[in-house]
Amino acid sequence: MSPRPAQNHFALFDLPARFAIDLDALNQRYRLIQGEVHPDRFASSPPAERLRSMQLATQANTAYQTLKQPTARARYLLQLHDIDTEEERNTAMPADFLMQQLEWREAIEDANEDADIAALDSLLNEIKTTGKQWQQDLQHALDVAQDWPAAAAIVRKLSFTDKLQDEILHAISRHED
Amino acid sequence: MALLQIAEPGMSAAPHQHRLAVGIDLGTTNSLVATVRSGMSTVLHDEQGHALLPSVVHYRPDGEVSVGYPAQAQQSLDPNNTIVSAKRFMGRGLKDIGVTTHLPYRFVDAPGMVQLETRAGIKSPVEISAEILRTLKARAEKALGGELTGAVITVPAYFDDAQRQATKDAARLAGLTVLRLLNEPTAAAVAYGLDNASEGVYVIYDLGGGTFDISILRLSRGVFEVLATNGDSALGGDDFDQRIYCWILEQAKLAPLSAADTRLLLTKAREAKEWLTDHAEARITSLLSSGDVIDLTLDSTTLSELTRQLIAKTLSPTRKALRDAGLEVSDIKGVVMVGGATRMPQVRQAVAEFFGQAPLTNLDPDKVVALGAAIQANMLAGNRSDDDLLLLDVIPLSLGLETMGGLAERIIPRNSTIPVARAQDFTTYKDGQTAMSIHVVQGERELVSDCRSLARFELRGIPPMAAGAARIRVTFQVDADGLLSVTAREQGSGVEANIVVKPSYGLDEDQITEMLRASFGSAEQDKQARALREVQVDAQRLIEAISAALQKDGATLLTPQQQHQIETAVATLHSLSQGEDADAIKAASDALNHATEAFAALRMDASVKQALAGQHLNTLEL
Repeated sequence: MSPRPAQNHFALFDLPARFAIDLDALNQRYRLIQGEVHPDRFASSPPAERLRSMQLATQANTAYQTLKQPTARARYLLQLHDIDTEEERNTAMPADFLMQQLEWREAIEDANEDADIAALDSLLNEIKTTGKQWQQDLQHALDVAQDWPAAAAIVRKLSFTDKLQDEILHAISRHED
Repeated sequence: MALLQIAEPGMSAAPHQHRLAVGIDLGTTNSLVATVRSGMSTVLHDEQGHALLPSVVHYRPDGEVSVGYPAQAQQSLDPNNTIVSAKRFMGRGLKDIGVTTHLPYRFVDAPGMVQLETRAGIKSPVEISAEILRTLKARAEKALGGELTGAVITVPAYFDDAQRQATKDAARLAGLTVLRLLNEPTAAAVAYGLDNASEGVYVIYDLGGGTFDISILRLSRGVFEVLATNGDSALGGDDFDQRIYCWILEQAKLAPLSAADTRLLLTKAREAKEWLTDHAEARITSLLSSGDVIDLTLDSTTLSELTRQLIAKTLSPTRKALRDAGLEVSDIKGVVMVGGATRMPQVRQAVAEFFGQAPLTNLDPDKVVALGAAIQANMLAGNRSDDDLLLLDVIPLSLGLETMGGLAERIIPRNSTIPVARAQDFTTYKDGQTAMSIHVVQGERELVSDCRSLARFELRGIPPMAAGAARIRVTFQVDADGLLSVTAREQGSGVEANIVVKPSYGLDEDQITEMLRASFGSAEQDKQARALREVQVDAQRLIEAISAALQKDGATLLTPQQQHQIETAVATLHSLSQGEDADAIKAASDALNHATEAFAALRMDASVKQALAGQHLNTLEL
């Protein structure tokens, strides 16, 4: 009589394992589940229940954060299909993508030198917009074509731009101080 | 049939009894205690009818300690022995505090946390805060007529681990059981949200006496989800007083002052600031011990100029929090003002301009934090309440590890909802390396030297391998209390090391025990009697809870044999708990816990399933 193995993230929220996801349902069910399992609900319960509550609340947080963020969601979906996105090792990126990366990096450096927050903000928006287009390609690759290698390649591109966005956000808050 | 007897309503009143729990706002300038009575959160008053307890501690010449208004009255007369704003020094070293020349104290630089020299000896900020907590505890026990089960104590959201640990230590010294440290803005949101039945995204702008916090929360049907928090743990109303004080020195062309005169003028500065909330001009008059006479008029325009920079300093963390939450100003439904310093019209105006809407000021900014803490305390103590609220809080600062070259590698980013667990793999950098040193740090900076060090430990016994071949998985786990534990495990061999992080900045266990002994003088016998009583009460509670669970779900979730197993463990514990062998009771409790682990899991899984199926009360309310 041991606890059953943890469910996959989609099943936890009773959602179909697809890239296109009902975010409202995810948000609502996340809160519903935390309402049932959160440790605060078990503060004066027996230790066995407190432990289980901590495990389930932690799992719900992990699952929610993974599914909420598009790149993490895609990476996780591919994992369910036993596909490693190889973000650390596979650095063979298309030439046009690399060119664009280079341009963005130079633009960020310039804006940083001038402490130009407006320029950083507009770069951020530009990168976000590009990322959104890739997410649409990703949805097609995952939900329609089920072309895992293509999807993994887009995830690798997205993880580059996610990192760039983090760097820009970090730079903006540094300049604001 | 022992089981049914125990579970019979009325047979054992204790677990159903209303447990006395309070919320405490341990503020820089003022502290308060509140509790939930007949379903209403209310602030408890002292015998003179005061709600606020000034956070001032006076070590008197006769050896007694006074706290609150009597202490405040002494702050200009006996400044060296009257400690105000001790919260600013909690968990801080001398170098963290910065400029201290305007403070009338004799600081002693101690490892980790600064201490203050008084006539009663050298006092740590923890001991000083404990005096305040002890006073509030006594107030609450008198008002409620019994011993407290526990307290929720609020801390600035932006407090780091050292500051939080110092607060917990102070509570222990005061003899309080801490149910939870709760972030001040979250507490305020609870009081505000429940009062106004609000839905949507709200900002809590909390400018207290010594700290500034900004929190962004989504309020949705009793769920308070913190989306982002930021702040400055060394910015508050005190700094505004300080600016006015400097202005007075400049205007009156005064030479450096004595401690008493400094304290006097700081008080005058605060009074002038408060007066200017409702008036256009404040007159500042004073006769100093140096013989100097002060007679100045401060108008609100000058005050605006003096404080512009300080107010601007609050907007930078505000922008960061918005960005972390991925939100724009236009997404914000309301801005709730908390903390005495938000009474200043200059602050309200700056906030209104930033958010493009007038801030909400309908709750007393001094009381809202304590009121919210009391609601959470009531729930954590296990009292049933009609408000089915849930707080989903976050960690305020990133947690990470030191990697090669003194760089900090972030493992759990700030603003992650707790409880949270994250794992990351590391490897060895030398051939045949058999040990790895793990240094846990907190903060947003890239260099370890700029972050706060939380703990160090070593993973030993890694089998010798080529550099880069070992796979060491480091897991960070933060529980709902914000307590961090770190595990390192070499995946191939399974060697493992772990640590529960208690920052080295707090007091160590021996120091606390020593302080407790000094303040209570309790004998060894008392301690044993108390320990036995505690395990008995715990055992009783456990039996109650498990019997209730069995009655409710036993038949549906367990086989008769499984039920019988648990019932046997309950019966064993029940008979042992009548005796006086504390160790045996403890062992039987552990055995019962172990026997019910799978049952607990089944019950919780079933309740999740039920919730998602829409069968739960939460959804039927719609």
